[in-house]
Amino acid sequence: MLRILLSTAVFLGFMTSCPVGATSIKLKSTKVEYPTSDVMFPGDGADAINNNCLACHSADHVLYQPLLSRENWAEVVHKMVTAYKAPISPDDEKQIVEYLAKTKSIPDR
Amino acid sequence: MERDREPLTRRRVLQGVGTGFIGMMPVPAWAQETFDFKVPGGPSVRPITTSFPEKGRMILQRTSPPWLETPFDIYDKSVITPNNQHYVSWHWATYPEEINVDTFRLAVRGEVDKTLSLSLKDIQDLPQFEIVAVNQCAGNSRMLMVPRVAGAQWWLGGLSNAKWTGVRLKDVLDLAGVKAGAIQVRFGGLDEPVLPDGPKFMKSVTIDHARDGEVMIAYGMNGEQLPMLNGFPLRLVVPGWSGVYWVKMLNDIEVLSKPDTNYWTSTGYRVPDVPNHTVKPGDKGFRLVPATGNVPRSFITNVHDGDKLKVGAETLVRGIAFGGDCGVARVDASIDGGKSWQSTKLGPDEGKYSLRQWQAQLTLPAAGARTLMVRCTNTAGLAQPGFPVWNPSGYLYNTVESIHVIAT
Repeated sequence: MLRILLSTAVFLGFMTSCPVGATSIKLKSTKVEYPTSDVMFPGDGADAINNNCLACHSADHVLYQPLLSRENWAEVVHKMVTAYKAPISPDDEKQIVEYLAKTKSIPDR
Repeated sequence: MERDREPLTRRRVLQGVGTGFIGMMPVPAWAQETFDFKVPGGPSVRPITTSFPEKGRMILQRTSPPWLETPFDIYDKSVITPNNQHYVSWHWATYPEEINVDTFRLAVRGEVDKTLSLSLKDIQDLPQFEIVAVNQCAGNSRMLMVPRVAGAQWWLGGLSNAKWTGVRLKDVLDLAGVKAGAIQVRFGGLDEPVLPDGPKFMKSVTIDHARDGEVMIAYGMNGEQLPMLNGFPLRLVVPGWSGVYWVKMLNDIEVLSKPDTNYWTSTGYRVPDVPNHTVKPGDKGFRLVPATGNVPRSFITNVHDGDKLKVGAETLVRGIAFGGDCGVARVDASIDGGKSWQSTKLGPDEGKYSLRQWQAQLTLPAAGARTLMVRCTNTAGLAQPGFPVWNPSGYLYNTVESIHVIAT
């Protein structure tokens, strides 16, 4: 018993339990508004990426990605077409990869 | 349920005005507070946002559909993550902004004796079940993979822990009566693909897993209803498995007699079928398998990179750990970069799928730079690896963490 008390005392101040009672939880109808983003891709050659990509995700999705090789970027953009069925024309796909390779690429080794 | 289409002007718009969003540090001008992960290989600074409904301070990884990361400082305060700081991740941007608890229904259909359309009251009338469990994105800490890989750039906070209240999935399946030919159960929510041909987000588990008495449908999180962004009114909870299985705004349960062929179950979320899911970039010839169970992890929460610690004096070092798909057996700490290890004292056990606190009195014997490490071993005997975990899609990272301090 003493041991248990001591061990509790050691961890005192560290809240491990939460205010849950045995009674059920009363559910209430809820209405919220999710924020949106108006950020566009900047600079030259951004038309294709702005026109195709922002329908599904905000620009920060891309801007916070790491620097990748051109080959990696080509794979990422192509996955949008094959896996998620994004209706991107082959010409636009090329321009999007070009933009990403120019703005977010690691140098070729 | 159609997402309402209000004019943008009424909606809170996270603007990118100013010059801050150009180049390598794309942090918008509105950001009052930022957080720097200090990880090389790409942009490492993110805004802290309080703009999302029912959410407090969160690290903004993506505005839409949201990726909101739990700030690391909260892990030092409690093993339970407050609901308003529980991390958020959605695959498609179309999901409701309004839920009516009187009209919401959960369908149970497919290989069952009786198709069901359950109200929230029907569900709350079933026997209540509670479990504390970590919800962690399969891609948590993708940012730490070297070389870097594309995807959600979670640092450490694609991970939260809560006490989930609800009903056993088994009890709901038993109400419908599962037929003998059932092999899998597939789960869908109110989120819909933005693209007309895009794959609806769904995930499946085997019928035996679904009926194991632990997989549950949660209507409560730490004693309250779920935040909308965490899946109100119902969310699947698959204790010990990665968050991708924890389908949010769950409204459809389909019992299948054939293997699920939908993209998210059959193709997405794959890891190499090798120890620690770790391969070298460019490696081929390994089999890909679904990312399923969590793997052990641990963190130091009260000492940070660059901190100065007193030489020759005991310093209380503490943090959190979890076993992954089973409990924590032990947590060991090192003051010499992993050359030697000492055991730590574990805090109260909230259940095998919960975060668990650990703490130790560490003494740094001589002045200079020191590397502190912490390593969790789970009850199945699996320990965090000391080498870098890497796979092409950046899943299930659990390399031992290092904190660099200076003894003075």
